[in-house]
Amino acid sequence: MAQSKVKPKQSPSTAAFEPWNDPNEKPLIQFKGVTKRFGDFTAIDNLTLDIFEREFFALLGPSGCGKTTMMRMLAGFETPTEGQILLSGRDIGDVPPNKRAVNMMFQSYALFPHLSVWDNIAFGLRREKRDKDSIASRVDEMLRLTRLEKFANRKPHQISGGQRQRVALARSLAKAPKLLLLDEPLGALDRKLREETQFELMDIQETTGTTFVIVTHDQEEAMTVASRVAVMDEGKMVQVATPQTIYEAPNSVYVASFIGDVNLIRGTANLRNVATAAPAAPESESETKPEPVTKIETDEDPRKPQPNDYGKWLHDRLLAPILGQRVDEPKALPAPTKAELAAAAELQAPVDVPEGGLTIDWAENTPALIAANGDPEFDGNEVVLALRPEKMGIAKTKPDAPNVMRGKVIDIAYLGNISTYHVELKTGTMVKAQVANTRRVSRRNITWEDEVWVSFSATAGVVLTE
Amino acid sequence: MMRRTFLIALPYIWLLALFLVPFAIVLKISLSDIALARPPYMPQLDLTGGLAAVWDFITQLDFENFVFLTSDDLYWKAYLSSLKIAALSTAITLVVGYPIAYAMARAAKEWRPTLLMLVILPFWTSFLIRVYSWMGILSTEGVLNQFLIGIGAISEPLQILNTQTAVYIGIVYTYLPFMILPIYSALEKLDDSLLEAAEDLGCSRTTAFWLVTLPLSKGGVIAGCFLVFIPTLGEFVIPSLLGGSETLMIGKVLWEEFFSNRDWPVASAVAVILLLILIIPIVLFQRNEQKQREAEG
Repeated sequence: MAQSKVKPKQSPSTAAFEPWNDPNEKPLIQFKGVTKRFGDFTAIDNLTLDIFEREFFALLGPSGCGKTTMMRMLAGFETPTEGQILLSGRDIGDVPPNKRAVNMMFQSYALFPHLSVWDNIAFGLRREKRDKDSIASRVDEMLRLTRLEKFANRKPHQISGGQRQRVALARSLAKAPKLLLLDEPLGALDRKLREETQFELMDIQETTGTTFVIVTHDQEEAMTVASRVAVMDEGKMVQVATPQTIYEAPNSVYVASFIGDVNLIRGTANLRNVATAAPAAPESESETKPEPVTKIETDEDPRKPQPNDYGKWLHDRLLAPILGQRVDEPKALPAPTKAELAAAAELQAPVDVPEGGLTIDWAENTPALIAANGDPEFDGNEVVLALRPEKMGIAKTKPDAPNVMRGKVIDIAYLGNISTYHVELKTGTMVKAQVANTRRVSRRNITWEDEVWVSFSATAGVVLTE
Repeated sequence: MMRRTFLIALPYIWLLALFLVPFAIVLKISLSDIALARPPYMPQLDLTGGLAAVWDFITQLDFENFVFLTSDDLYWKAYLSSLKIAALSTAITLVVGYPIAYAMARAAKEWRPTLLMLVILPFWTSFLIRVYSWMGILSTEGVLNQFLIGIGAISEPLQILNTQTAVYIGIVYTYLPFMILPIYSALEKLDDSLLEAAEDLGCSRTTAFWLVTLPLSKGGVIAGCFLVFIPTLGEFVIPSLLGGSETLMIGKVLWEEFFSNRDWPVASAVAVILLLILIIPIVLFQRNEQKQREAEG
């Protein structure tokens, strides 16, 4: 998962845009115990949620989770079976769609095929009975914002998919709605265009100051654009938080596995004995005592003198007949001195494992895993340790880490910038470890069927219950 | 290669044999003189005479049958009246057919094939029988009058049969499916999200209909109108069975020239003029179809 997270939600006055943490902030939209049923099917189940002004809010979930129903309720195409939806404190339950200060960008774009780009954008403004000049200036402003000036007179079927997407955006923004709803707005675009458009969307959201609610099933898209992400499942909000929290601290196995790649290790949690915590890890692996991180091979100064140009000239001209041809030592930096090695050793010394947390017994005859950030409340429970592949290290020699597991490389997925190693542990569990490809593939030293060590720190994982 | 040539040639052979050759014959007869013979005209072109005969034909060519059409105001009145009846009945068919097509396109998906079949169902009975049954409905002792007298709406039977009204009823009834089907197919393709978008942008349901639904079904409306207008213009059966003596339509005139007067050359001239009149809407229809294809592709 490429985490190219650009944080766009920075207003100049406040350091961070977090209205959801401010108790004085009034939400723009409030769902109060909203339930929506279609016959026997409950699409939205007793849902309560606040969305704040200027937010870029993403509804994320698999198809059929109710995210589109939520959006259609906001637009006014569906009415809640129970509960209330408030816009700026006003119940909008029985306000028809054409009377709401809410506009929607449709998944299919829903551009009027018989109207030009210009007329499509002007469509909503004309309904407001504005005078011609103000409509024209507003449409031109929207064309500039979406860089569509050149296409004003074209019909929708005469422009590309990306341009159509921008027309749809311009049309829905033209009326300056309080709230803009985007239903899978980038679904029809190819990957590269989608990524560009995501940043454009963020820019436009920032310039116009409109509150955006986006529905998507693409978690990368949600994380890129949104200030907060709501993960939905079967009509319920599973977690509503910033992308970082959703990714780093998912509150359930569902969220952890829905967002990005994750290794789930099931086991029994035990309260970690604080006093013996520090030595606990190395002790349990006494038969394979880890080697010291660095060894100082020789006591003598390892720096060998190297000939300079004058020395080489002397050798070639005078000494070659006697001593034979000069053999050039490979050019190398001088080996580290003893003092330097000692300093390096200091730096590389095992990171202190934080105290507290849990240990997780996950398989017999294997050392318990340490999760220093585990909630002590889970003591004695069956838990799941969720580990992101990029937080796992992989090495051929046993690394010095609080948590190490042995396994065999079954598969390697080469993704260009990173590689994902599928490792089968001794217990049969498959885990994934992700490593940045800093070296060329030909020089990669781990390959299929290799015995490897997979390691992670004491705080890399998140302890969850099912 | 042979196969392809054959496939392309097939429709052209069809057109040649069933349209161009008969038309050439009609055109030839229209340029002949009437005769008391069998067939009742004197051929002006004798191909056995070779090139000289063709030359004779061209130099002696007169359009006396076409000139004759202008000398009697019966003919241009019949053309005008046919145009009027065709235009008006097309308009009525549109007004009746559009709501039906709209309702069909809005109906639940599982109902649509059934509704479509109901529209096509009348074609399973002979056209002639259906027109005759309208005579039974509309005549003074017919079902309609009996019903209206029965419920006390009228005391005297209405004279509908053998009037212009009966002709309109007959035409609208007969050609309604040709109006409904193209409009239905245009409306059925209409994406619901377009209407939602219109509503979202501030339209009421009614304005959304005028601004989105109607313009987008324009292609279907135009196709339907031509499909009704073109055959109605030359309609012969309906006016002769349901219409009275005052109903003047060119199809009827044509029939009388052929079978009552046995004046084939004049009848052919009438037919040629009718065809020329029809070419205009047909060309317009073709252009509309092409424009629509371009808009879709």
